[in-house]
Amino acid sequence: MKRRTVLALASGAAAGLALPVRAQQGAIKLGELNSYKVFPAFLEPYRKGWELAVEEVNAAGGVLGRKLEIVSRDDGGTPGDAVRVAEELLSREQVSFLLGTFASHIGLAVSDFARQRKTLFIAAEPLTDKIVWDQGNQYTFRLRPSTYMQTAMLVPDAVKLKKKRWAAVYPNYEYGQSATAAFKKLLQAQQPDASFVAEQAAPLGKIEAGAVAQALADAKPEAIFSSLFGADLAKFVREGNQRGLFKGIEVFNLLAGEPEYLDPLKEEAPKGWYVTGYPWNEIKTPEHTKFLKAYQAKYNDYPRLGSVVGYSTILSAAAAIKKAGALDQEKLVAAMSGLSHGTPFGDITYRALDHQSTMGAYVGRLDVKDGKGVMVDWRYVDGKDALPPDAEVRRMRPTN
Amino acid sequence: MTFASFIAQLLNGLAGASSLFMVAAGLSLIFGVTRIVNFAHGSLYMLGLYGAYTLLEGLVTPLFAFGGFGRTSLGFWAAVVLSALLVGLVGVAIEVLILRRIYHAPELFQLLATFAVVLVIKDIALAIWGPEDLVGPRAPGLDSTVVILDRHVPQYDLALIVIAPLVLLALWLALTRTRWGALVRAATQDREMVGALGVNEAWLFTGVFFIGSVLAGLGGALQLPREPAHLGLDLALIADAFVVTVVGGLGSVPGAFLAAILIGVVKAFCVAIGTQEFVGLEVSFSRLTLVVEFLVMAVVLIVRPYGLLGRPPATQRLAAESASPPRLPRWPAWAPALVLLALVPLAMPSDRYLLVLLTDIFIFALFAVSLHVLMGPSGMVSFGHAAYFGIAAYAAALMLKRAALPMEVSLLLAPVAAGGFALLFGWFCVRLSGVYLAMLTLAFAQIAWSVIFQWDSFTGGSNGMIGIWPPSWLASKSAYYWLALALCALGIAFLWRMLYAPFGYSLRAGRDSPLRAEAIGINVRRQQWFAFTVAGALAGLAGGLYAFSKGSISPELSSIAQSTDALVMVLLGGVQTLTGPVAGAGVFTWLKDELARHTEFWRAMLGLVILALVLLFPQGIAGGARLLWDRLPWRRQTA
Repeated sequence: MKRRTVLALASGAAAGLALPVRAQQGAIKLGELNSYKVFPAFLEPYRKGWELAVEEVNAAGGVLGRKLEIVSRDDGGTPGDAVRVAEELLSREQVSFLLGTFASHIGLAVSDFARQRKTLFIAAEPLTDKIVWDQGNQYTFRLRPSTYMQTAMLVPDAVKLKKKRWAAVYPNYEYGQSATAAFKKLLQAQQPDASFVAEQAAPLGKIEAGAVAQALADAKPEAIFSSLFGADLAKFVREGNQRGLFKGIEVFNLLAGEPEYLDPLKEEAPKGWYVTGYPWNEIKTPEHTKFLKAYQAKYNDYPRLGSVVGYSTILSAAAAIKKAGALDQEKLVAAMSGLSHGTPFGDITYRALDHQSTMGAYVGRLDVKDGKGVMVDWRYVDGKDALPPDAEVRRMRPTN
Repeated sequence: MTFASFIAQLLNGLAGASSLFMVAAGLSLIFGVTRIVNFAHGSLYMLGLYGAYTLLEGLVTPLFAFGGFGRTSLGFWAAVVLSALLVGLVGVAIEVLILRRIYHAPELFQLLATFAVVLVIKDIALAIWGPEDLVGPRAPGLDSTVVILDRHVPQYDLALIVIAPLVLLALWLALTRTRWGALVRAATQDREMVGALGVNEAWLFTGVFFIGSVLAGLGGALQLPREPAHLGLDLALIADAFVVTVVGGLGSVPGAFLAAILIGVVKAFCVAIGTQEFVGLEVSFSRLTLVVEFLVMAVVLIVRPYGLLGRPPATQRLAAESASPPRLPRWPAWAPALVLLALVPLAMPSDRYLLVLLTDIFIFALFAVSLHVLMGPSGMVSFGHAAYFGIAAYAAALMLKRAALPMEVSLLLAPVAAGGFALLFGWFCVRLSGVYLAMLTLAFAQIAWSVIFQWDSFTGGSNGMIGIWPPSWLASKSAYYWLALALCALGIAFLWRMLYAPFGYSLRAGRDSPLRAEAIGINVRRQQWFAFTVAGALAGLAGGLYAFSKGSISPELSSIAQSTDALVMVLLGGVQTLTGPVAGAGVFTWLKDELARHTEFWRAMLGLVILALVLLFPQGIAGGARLLWDRLPWRRQTA
């Protein structure tokens, strides 16, 4: 019975007819899936973020006169399970569309599934460039600034230093590999005499930090580009600090300013590193202050970057439904293209060109205050300023 | 590399080996005496690290932090030792509450229980310590560095290098100079005889579990200044610990020491060598760290089938306890089931999800049955069966995407590719036996995984491949459901029939009595090799079906986790029945799906359910069901 209602609803909407009155009273269900058990450090704050957003949207009267309801699932941390969960959300729970995912391979798998099922998918977290470029598709939109974008945000500072001998260390999988490749390419384009004298690929979560720090020191670089995070970052910082690796060396580290990865380092946070991140207690814009207050009031805890991502994902979904005026997939996808709305980081736009949002990140340097790592001299870099020229994007993205 | 950096990296390797040795020594002791493959050993290590953090930072024990301890050297070492002892008690609890009840279950069944313990401990750790990494302080009193040949070497690393041989010495003394040690050695050689001589086996086992767990906890606690406490530690460590144990030789503590040093040092040098050019070709040794321990293990096992210092297992009285030959299901049992399953899409046309879930179950049932052919009738345990599942999935995807072959052809060629690799890897594996064989299969699986993971331009690397959908006639869920049902049923029927062909009988003969089998002219090794290949090929059929049912694949399909899932399905269902693996695949897949939907701590729930099943049905679900069936009153009368 329920399924038939929704089918009727969808076909009715497709034909441009008014929605049946009964259906309007029910909540709009959205399907959310993520690897909550595999990446809890990022995803528990993320869950809190989206829960807050749902509460706010519904308190303000919902969307199209209906409440939002999120059906959230653990995707088991593998693409195969994620695709099954996505199927469950669509066919059993009858959700309107999908959102979520963290790891790149899972994001890609769900995005391909969404293309197959002709369903909108808002990829909240995955960083891989491919999800909007090489393997992008019409139904998938991505919120977070990608690996390429965050890397590009660090490059101007790197170029200014005019260091010639660079070393790279990265977690040995697609994210680390593409970050390093993008950094090399962007740096050498502006500074052709920069050379990379050492490169260390560490298995994710299993870095031999002492050996890596020693090998990097032996190569005598003037600067290091790192894309480590989590436990690997903590181990690398500890060993590098102890062995004096970072003395007189400039270090750039993607993501290291995110509270998820910075806070565990406590007083050992490496001073002077150039990082991307989220200085939550120093951002004084009205939209962020409002978010911060609401978050702290609800959870009695401070937001992490994941909270902002979760919160903004729901805002994107709500804005898309409002703009589309219906739950028809093609209308939703059309609405997402070029959709602009506010987030705690300011206004963002989902580019029609490649479905990447222009959400940016904060770039700054690390310091220690009161035994805690903080970001100083930070600035917000808008995502639209960290993307390659349109022609290049068109070349990479398949036309479909 | 200069001499100075050589020395520095050697020290790094030795320091890295220290904890690894302790964990592996504990694992080795436990296996030697109880024959339990303790999957939860990594979790004990993780608990050791969390425990030391909590004690030292005075989180739950302000008293401890006050009493002159806290962040002092005394406080640090007290926290390390206390944490190790507490972990020892956790180990005792696991042994007494769970394992002691299932010592008489079929071999390896205890692995299932320890797998469940891993799931439970992980969720408990998440609930207690939260999701964020906990970075411990540097070791008080040992927080600076010593300059050796112009290189800064942390004092704590040197301490670790000293501690490991001390632990080895203590263990060696305990094993060779005490009565307890004599009993442990005796039990390692022949535990039935020890029992027959009136030794209280239960206490001996508990004691060994305590010492083994203390060692795991100590290994973890000692890492506090070097490694943040986080929830990924258990699985990150367990594979390495097994590798060290096996490379050293099961049950040999000095062997574990040697192997830990070998692997620690080889890893450090892979990092140190970095990227090198050979005849214009760039080789990144640092990328090799992904898999180097498994390469070492493969080489060691091929050259020395019982590890560096291991000896061939002395007495095994398996023949006496080996199972009665399972019965082939008769048509009144399977035909209605098949018909019912075939009718599902017609009866419930709107429930696409049920079809998807059942398709997954069929595929895993075939995968599990193919593993069971090895574990049951052939007497070969494989820890790396997912290699063939993953290779076939990739073969299918590559043929479809890169060679532009039709999907039907790709699907049928996938098992051929998997069988080819099974033929190659199997040739090496069947030369070994027992856990050594199992670990060599794991080594090959990890090598296959790492190649898939690294070969970006060909396999898509860690991101995997997408867009692997079947053609339009199979695009509907019901069409694909019927295809999967038909192919999996055929595959399972073929494997079961094979076990009742002369080939199958000769496999059982080879398992139950290799000497007699050889004497009557059966080439046991060759039969096993063929069985390995057939099992690999059928796992490949499952892998190919899986790829096209999901539309995307990733390296995880040949990962340790996938291999473990297959093992869990077989053991859960019951290794001594034919239908067990099918039941296990169904129950496990369904449980995972159902629990993940309804509870936040689904992992712990899954673990608890498995534990309950383990304790209720030590013969597996199918075995237990059969026992119950045979006990029904009217069955007893006719029997």
